[in-house]
Amino acid sequence: MQTLFSEQDIAFQNEVRQFLVDNFSTELSERIQSPATFKSGVIEWQKILHKKGWVAPSWPVEFGGTGWSDTQKFIFDNERARLGIPVTNPFGLKMVAPVIQTFGSADQKARFLPRILASDDWWCQGYSEPGAGSDLAAVKTRAVRNGDEYVVNGAKIWTTNAHLADWIFCLVQTDPNATRPQQGISFLLIDMTSPGIKVNPIISIDGRHSLNEAEFNEVRVPVTNCVGEENKGWTYAKALLAHERTVIAGVADATRDLNLVKAHASKELVDGRPMLDEPDFQRRLAEIEIELMALEYTELRVLAAVATGGSPGAESSILKIKGTEIQQAIQTLMMDVAGVFGSALADDLSGDDLGHDFGDRARVRYMYGRAATIYGGSNEVQKNIIAKAILGL
Amino acid sequence: MDFSLTQEQSLLKGSISKYLANDYDFRERRSIATSELGFSAEHWARFAELGWLSVPFDEAIGGFGGAVEDTAVVLEEFGKGLVVEPYLATVLLAGQLLARSGRADLVRSIIDGDLHCAFAGLERQSRQNFHDVTTTAVEVANGFSLNGTKVLVMNGIAAQKLVVTARTSGAQFDENGITLFVVDAQATGITKTAIRSMDGSRLANIRFRDVVVPSSAILGELNLAAALLSPVMLEARIAVCAEAVGIIDLLCSKTVAYSQTRTQFGVAIGSFQALQHRMVDMLMAAQQSRSILYRAICEYQQGDTSAPATIAAMKALIGKHGRYVGEEALQLHGGMGITDELDIGHYVKRLMVLNHLFGDTDASLREFCRAAYCT
Repeated sequence: MQTLFSEQDIAFQNEVRQFLVDNFSTELSERIQSPATFKSGVIEWQKILHKKGWVAPSWPVEFGGTGWSDTQKFIFDNERARLGIPVTNPFGLKMVAPVIQTFGSADQKARFLPRILASDDWWCQGYSEPGAGSDLAAVKTRAVRNGDEYVVNGAKIWTTNAHLADWIFCLVQTDPNATRPQQGISFLLIDMTSPGIKVNPIISIDGRHSLNEAEFNEVRVPVTNCVGEENKGWTYAKALLAHERTVIAGVADATRDLNLVKAHASKELVDGRPMLDEPDFQRRLAEIEIELMALEYTELRVLAAVATGGSPGAESSILKIKGTEIQQAIQTLMMDVAGVFGSALADDLSGDDLGHDFGDRARVRYMYGRAATIYGGSNEVQKNIIAKAILGL
Repeated sequence: MDFSLTQEQSLLKGSISKYLANDYDFRERRSIATSELGFSAEHWARFAELGWLSVPFDEAIGGFGGAVEDTAVVLEEFGKGLVVEPYLATVLLAGQLLARSGRADLVRSIIDGDLHCAFAGLERQSRQNFHDVTTTAVEVANGFSLNGTKVLVMNGIAAQKLVVTARTSGAQFDENGITLFVVDAQATGITKTAIRSMDGSRLANIRFRDVVVPSSAILGELNLAAALLSPVMLEARIAVCAEAVGIIDLLCSKTVAYSQTRTQFGVAIGSFQALQHRMVDMLMAAQQSRSILYRAICEYQQGDTSAPATIAAMKALIGKHGRYVGEEALQLHGGMGITDELDIGHYVKRLMVLNHLFGDTDASLREFCRAAYCT
């Protein structure tokens, strides 16, 4: 049993660290954090990674992946998180791309993958519907075949950054008479500029706009945009959800956030003494930090199992549940460190004007963070999955 | 990174689990635990024959040459089998203190199964702080004279040799000034009170009154017991956590199995979502417990400076999750869970004992906080 890095791994770690430090500027970081410049900032960063050949570590080499070992991927992600660099936009690179690579036609691969790799297309995900949340198989958006086209009618909801997207991958109903609803679902790629698509913003509890409702009214989609076989979409989507849940666990980013909590708590004074010295606060922090230390090894155990031929199946649900619970616990701590300043909206005020520099962000993270135990299949649904798939109940 | 068992570890694990399944079922265990001795000399002799008593000792003195991860394999299986034999006291506590102070003669006897030992460290006031020592050892003409009382000494009745901490200088709480002595359990001036533990094992309060030992009874160096105790106690905490992880896993699988056979309202109770979610929470607690155990083993074996803090973190988390899983297992077994007849309660009691050994959740959290946040 060991988790030692080899000399090559350490050299790789140094190379990654140097590259990230040299190329991810504070100025770029600020642009990504600001809603107005978010998209252009993300694309700029992803293009820098692409130029280096590092934008898609999870892809097979033949499509432009890095060919890294699991340890190297782990190192890269840790270095990225340690420096506070956001993950790449997952919808294209991590979610639709593996489906196209595994189940797509040669034409689809040639047409979509290079543009995803180069961040020329921005993708969003059309899964949830007003009547289908965690019960994803209940999708009602209909795609009716008409010659070489499908005609799509319905609505998708909670669609992250649909207002910025060029393309959307959707689960649509293609056979309403299927014996089980799962058997009548197809996986469709839809151009967001198609006539009949209307994107309505949903302002979320953090006061920001990233969520949307996307309406489809007689939208025509070429049959060639159906991935794999018609009515097999559910199988493809399921394969992808395991990936999504591993991404959501966010262990490396949680470690950085926890360190930020410690840094702020060591500067915030209570009765003139650092908050970090308070035994009550230390105990709350310790209970969360220790669960996170364990989760880091749970993730390593899953990675090691995958490396020897296992698959991130139901175990990824454990990562999703614990990972999101820990993220939220850290966000709660950060809100408490910010104290009353967590309620002050920064708006256009500078940190100097406001007298505080992390309360606004603490609140945004805390409020939007409530979504983490809901999206990607709510944690309660994850428990149903584990009960069935792991416990055999 | 690698978390798989080596071939040797797989063989060891397989041989223990097979032995326990065939020759050490719950009925057998119960009769052993309620016997006068409190453990089985026959099983102990077979543990010796099978080489299990040699696992943590150097090959040079006839040991298996195992590392902490090998001991963890043994203890995890012992946990699942609810083994009541005093492996921790004889092999991992006294045995390791003897081995690390060059007493190969005694260690060989332990490996052969001929020598039982105990570590007498704790006193009425000390809780789990091994540096809180009021037992004194005063230099006399022919060696040292020991006076004081040690409490709840594991295997204290059967032990032929006692490894005792005594203060040779300094004040009550000083880390320095404590000395380890190996004392014949039959020595003049020793009186013992036998005590039964809730987990079936046997303890003793041991009183030392003018017990004279020669200077050669000192293990390691005078006043420097802490240097010997430190690694032995870190390894012992990993060992008890490995045992706890074995029990936690077993309680999870037994609870799931029970929920599939117990029917109420015409269906298996395992079909109720409220119970399914509770069992998933148990499983996650079990997985997190195993992960922090592996982390502690890796960091300790790799010599990371963070290892002591991580071991405290491990002890805290496994104590917390062990109590949680134990209480859930009792609840989900319903009325049967609280009977003496069913094994569930006996596993829970062992977990409770393990939580309190060498620092419980609260004490370990304080230790972690000191190491991690007080710079």
